[in-house]
Amino acid sequence: MLIDFFLGLKRAGLPVSTREFLVLLEAMEKRLVLGSVDDFYHLARLCLVKDEKLFDRFDQAFSAYFEDLQSFDEFIEALIPEDWLRLEFEKHLSEEDKEKIKSLGGLEKLLEEFKKRLEEQEKRHAGGSKWIGTGGTSPFGHGGYHPEGIRMGGEGRNGGAVKVWDQRNYRNLDDSVELGTRNIKVALKRLRKFARTGADEELDLDDTIRSTARNAGLLDLKLVPERHNSVKVLIFFDVGGSMYPYVRICEELFSATRSELKYLQYYYFHNFLYDFVWEDNRRRNSEVTPTWDIIHKFPADYKIVFVGDAAMAPYEIASPGGNIEYINEEPGETWMRRMTSTYPKLIWLNPTPQDYWNYTHSIDMVRELIGDRMFPLTLNGLDQGMRYLSS
Amino acid sequence: MRFQGTKRYVATEDLQIAVHAAVTLERPLLIKGEPGTGKTLLAEEVSQALGKRLISWHIKSTSKAQQGLYEYDAVSRLRDSQLGDEKVHDIRNYIKRGKLWDAFVADERVVLLIDEIDKADIEFPNDLLTELDQMEFFVYETGETIKAQTRPIVIITSNNEKELPDAFLRRCFFHYISFPDKKTMEEIVAVHFPSIRQDLVKEALDVFFEVREVPGLKKKPSTSELIDWLKLLMADEIPEDILKNRDKNKVIPPLYGALLKNEQDVHTLQRLAFLSRREAH
Repeated sequence: MLIDFFLGLKRAGLPVSTREFLVLLEAMEKRLVLGSVDDFYHLARLCLVKDEKLFDRFDQAFSAYFEDLQSFDEFIEALIPEDWLRLEFEKHLSEEDKEKIKSLGGLEKLLEEFKKRLEEQEKRHAGGSKWIGTGGTSPFGHGGYHPEGIRMGGEGRNGGAVKVWDQRNYRNLDDSVELGTRNIKVALKRLRKFARTGADEELDLDDTIRSTARNAGLLDLKLVPERHNSVKVLIFFDVGGSMYPYVRICEELFSATRSELKYLQYYYFHNFLYDFVWEDNRRRNSEVTPTWDIIHKFPADYKIVFVGDAAMAPYEIASPGGNIEYINEEPGETWMRRMTSTYPKLIWLNPTPQDYWNYTHSIDMVRELIGDRMFPLTLNGLDQGMRYLSS
Repeated sequence: MRFQGTKRYVATEDLQIAVHAAVTLERPLLIKGEPGTGKTLLAEEVSQALGKRLISWHIKSTSKAQQGLYEYDAVSRLRDSQLGDEKVHDIRNYIKRGKLWDAFVADERVVLLIDEIDKADIEFPNDLLTELDQMEFFVYETGETIKAQTRPIVIITSNNEKELPDAFLRRCFFHYISFPDKKTMEEIVAVHFPSIRQDLVKEALDVFFEVREVPGLKKKPSTSELIDWLKLLMADEIPEDILKNRDKNKVIPPLYGALLKNEQDVHTLQRLAFLSRREAH
């Protein structure tokens, strides 16, 4: 029976391994916990989950498994992550609605509405919860999912005390790691690690002494590769008005990169890349650097990072003269193409939450321009970005 | 015997299960949590509660896994050979035991604390995989195998500065010490200051949790800061009504220096106080 539980966790996307499962069984066999589901919950979490970020997912899967014995509906609710809900939500929106979202703000309220709408649908298409009948089908798959069959919504639990796992205490630990300077530095270390390879050789004093001594006094020179961070990075910060909400996060990123990377050059731009960028924000009108100069000056092994929300009118990217401050002869996308063809390692970090990307057309355009190498400015996104840059 | 916390340490139910499982199944227990929630303290308390000796290995950024096993002091040997010391003929004289070795060869079961494992190089935990799994290692210089007679209780702490490798995590139990809720916090305070007046504690806790709620703090005060602060409050004999009659004009708690360690945070709080004072007028 616990095998179902284990497979349920696996399906919920928890990185559990057989080895850990066997440990749990061993613990059960040694009668570490007896009779109490609460204790079993703690024990199972102890054995199977190795990251507090996954606690929330575990809570849901655990809850699902135990509720599942009573009803499938709850199972479904627990399995559906919020991201997916948002996507599904979007499918049910008309173009009009999409426009309204911005003015209405809080998506949470709308999600509530969405749940209600789904419920209504269920009433009309009586046919119940059979959709899960095939057993193995994942509700996350595209197209394979029929909303008619589901009753969503967490209300209507059968009373009783709230269980530990139902409180979902760890919800805010899920993926919302604070992006402090320190965390950014750790993520940036991926770049540093890469940079250590393939440099000069220098004398390793310790090892020389050690092996000379092992050699009973005959000198035995040992050399090691020199350790220095030779990674070279160019960062472009967007200073447009829509970036104000993200000033703090950009500050942190900025200070972390400054102290972590030796060969770092940074520039500012407004909304999108055009003929020139500037180094000092206060003197942006008098001292500018032509983008051509940058492309000529920095060799292709430089890694390029753009930081910006990529939210603008489509013509700002696509048409000549699209710049909102002056008349540019060539469209921004031409400049971006020049960058991507010169520098193979180029990413875009976007501080806007990833869930909202689909609502902004210009984000899609930028993503297409840079080969979908846009990452959210979260710890996870930064990590993926650095992984790409150092790959 | 099951670990249930000590006179000085409040262990929540899940933590008790975690320690119990690690002791019974003889597997390392990895502890994570906010700074100041008593991760390192746990090992000391477990060793005391179970009456076992504690061997601590504090990890630094320069620590190598090998140092925990043993080190071969080649330089001493070289010097001794130049001086014609008799010791030089036996290589065992130059092998220095590490903490793991000590823990493995102890005649009774010990508690081994590997503190702040995330401080070390990213590969560090991988280098200790078999050693912690099999509880044995091989000494190349002498050709002997050191195997644990009784598997020590291994407690590992991490501050989450680096992610630990999966293979390593699979071999450990994992427990996250979450920040105590108000009830647990009251217990913790009672354990540290049995004589403290109930009302003072209540008021102080209110203030404490309020400060934790202040948005934008860089470093939220944690349990150890609370305990320091209470010590100060008691030493200072702050009349309780200062805490109680705190109105909007006094957002800054007395002796806040113990709670906030970051200049910017103090500044934030002062600014908030200023704003609310202005609103009041």
